[in-house]
Amino acid sequence: MKILVCISKTPDTTAKIAFTDNNTKFDTAGVQWIINPYDEWYALVRAIELKEAKPDTVLHLATVGGADADPIIRKALALGGDEAYRINLDGADCYQVAFQLAQLISKGGYDLVLTGKETIDYNGSSLGGMIAGINYLPYISLATHLEIAENKAIVTREIEGGEEVCEVAFPLVVSAQKGMAEARIPNMRGIMAARTKPLSVVEPIAQDPLTTVTAFELPAPKAGVKLVAPDQVDELVRLLHQEAKVL
Amino acid sequence: MNVLIVIDTAEGIIKKSAFETLSYGADLAAQLGVNAVGLLPGATSEELGSLGQYGINKIVHVNPDQPRADDPTVLAGLIASVASTEQCDVIVFSHSLSGKSIAPIVSAQLKAGLVTGVVGLPDTGNGFVVKRAVFSGKAFSHVRIETPIKLISVNPNSYKVNTGGSPATVETLSLPTAAPRVLVTKRQKSSNELLLTEAETVVSAGRGLKGPENWGMIEELAKVMGAATACSRPVADAHWRPHNEHVGQTGVAIAPTLYVAIGISGAIQHLAGVNRSKVIVVINKDPEAPFFKAADYGIVGDAFDVVPAFTAAVKKLKGV
Ligand SMILES: Cc1cc2nc3c(=O)[nH]c(=O)nc-3n(C[C@H](O)[C@H](O)[C@H](O)COP(=O)(O)OP(=O)(O)OC[C@H]3O[C@@H](n4cnc5c(N)ncnc54)[C@H](O)[C@@H]3O)c2cc1C
Repeated sequence: MKILVCISKTPDTTAKIAFTDNNTKFDTAGVQWIINPYDEWYALVRAIELKEAKPDTVLHLATVGGADADPIIRKALALGGDEAYRINLDGADCYQVAFQLAQLISKGGYDLVLTGKETIDYNGSSLGGMIAGINYLPYISLATHLEIAENKAIVTREIEGGEEVCEVAFPLVVSAQKGMAEARIPNMRGIMAARTKPLSVVEPIAQDPLTTVTAFELPAPKAGVKLVAPDQVDELVRLLHQEAKVL
Repeated sequence: MNVLIVIDTAEGIIKKSAFETLSYGADLAAQLGVNAVGLLPGATSEELGSLGQYGINKIVHVNPDQPRADDPTVLAGLIASVASTEQCDVIVFSHSLSGKSIAPIVSAQLKAGLVTGVVGLPDTGNGFVVKRAVFSGKAFSHVRIETPIKLISVNPNSYKVNTGGSPATVETLSLPTAAPRVLVTKRQKSSNELLLTEAETVVSAGRGLKGPENWGMIEELAKVMGAATACSRPVADAHWRPHNEHVGQTGVAIAPTLYVAIGISGAIQHLAGVNRSKVIVVINKDPEAPFFKAADYGIVGDAFDVVPAFTAAVKKLKGV
């Protein structure tokens, strides 16, 4: 069994969101970078659990990014995985990133490709589906459980108002969300081991992005809270009904 | 060239988010001076002509004698095929759980640029530029689609629903489908009957409630308000509430008309999932709780006193 987990670098959840260059670039000044939580807590940890259960499982990690993504991929390797690839490209859109990963995947012959359900910066929720579409692999999005049977994966995915259980023969692509696994903290042994695990830098294959960000915009600030005394709940209901017109 | 709108159904019933995407697609078609065509794959018990009320001209009902395919790749193939026969160069999806699984596959199949999480009509004055939510609702971006075929998925609760259009023509069509590779063996509904992402009103509670045994009053308030229930992450992590109620940066992102937050501090990761709500009401006993900075209305008080009074006051207003 050969598994690939796609890893993205994202700003920390508390990072200040601001833009430079006439609102065309994300302001990275002072930003701490983390592994995208969905990639780490759910996709990667579930893959590590599968390898723990079957030690002959081969577990690779891949990211698309510049050299500034190396610390992130090393951090992911500290949690687990045998080796990693970094495709040396600052991806301009999701398709461009998916295209690079799809080439790596078709060469690598993976049985299972895992991504997070979305990144917390661009929130595209498209990477897994695009990889599946490019390589004509079956796709299961928003998975909350993943088990491996003889020659197929048994995956539970969230649907509107419930869940469904799917069975899919290998190879396939799965996007992971809450429920798949519990977040882990890397230990000292993992951190030491990660330093010597192979990290190969792969040059990208030419593919233009299909979309271009032309500008960013911050939402208008809130006017301020209107406080109502705790014994005046009727007044709150009146305001919601007559002023805000939401009741 | 026309606009194709993919209509989301669950067990043959059209979802509320579909009325928004149909309205969006119809308005976009009017802006471009073309026709709006709705696409509904699989069997349905609904009367389709009346979908014209949202402003669309035509519905293509594909394979009406089969249940809607479970495999997103199969659905993607049907969508690409109808887009081509109906001469559509814009395809509109809902950014729902189902849209999230299908739209990227269509994008890859057609090599067509996809923008997800869209919050408004495109600017078609100079190219085709759409506005979408990014950084978990903390910002927006404007994205130009560079390819001849353009794919958009519209955030639920971010587009107004049209009314008053005349009936649409309905055409049924049988199309061959690719062999499914995803086999669904079981499907189950969660207890939360109102869909969180589609709900107009959401009542949400956090660690301030102390324990799962205290959720009765939250459910009661939600019931009288006709609201869905949600919770903060530690509440779901502690299994006080199911995972699918967890809202925030690492849970579900929602944009209801009214969000009521009870005993939730308002951490930045929580706000990220709810800051697109139109009106936010915060009930918290700590006047310094950060959530008050993001709120429109607030009560500094103990949830155990305020929530029952709130329920009674809403009941009084609604005359129940
Ligand atoms: C990477 C990352 C991602 C995260 N993602 C999310 C996410 O998606 N969603 C999310 O919610 N959190 C998320 N968190 C956690 C977040 O930082 C907060 O810890 C969490 O939101 C706090 O939950 P809470 O408000 O319920 O609890 P607390 O912070 O403990 O707040 C409880 C609140 O209840 C009030 N209270 C107590 N008793 C009463 C009473 N009797 N009446 C009224 N009020 C009372 C208190 O004043 C307090 O404000 C994330 C954290 C990290 C690091």
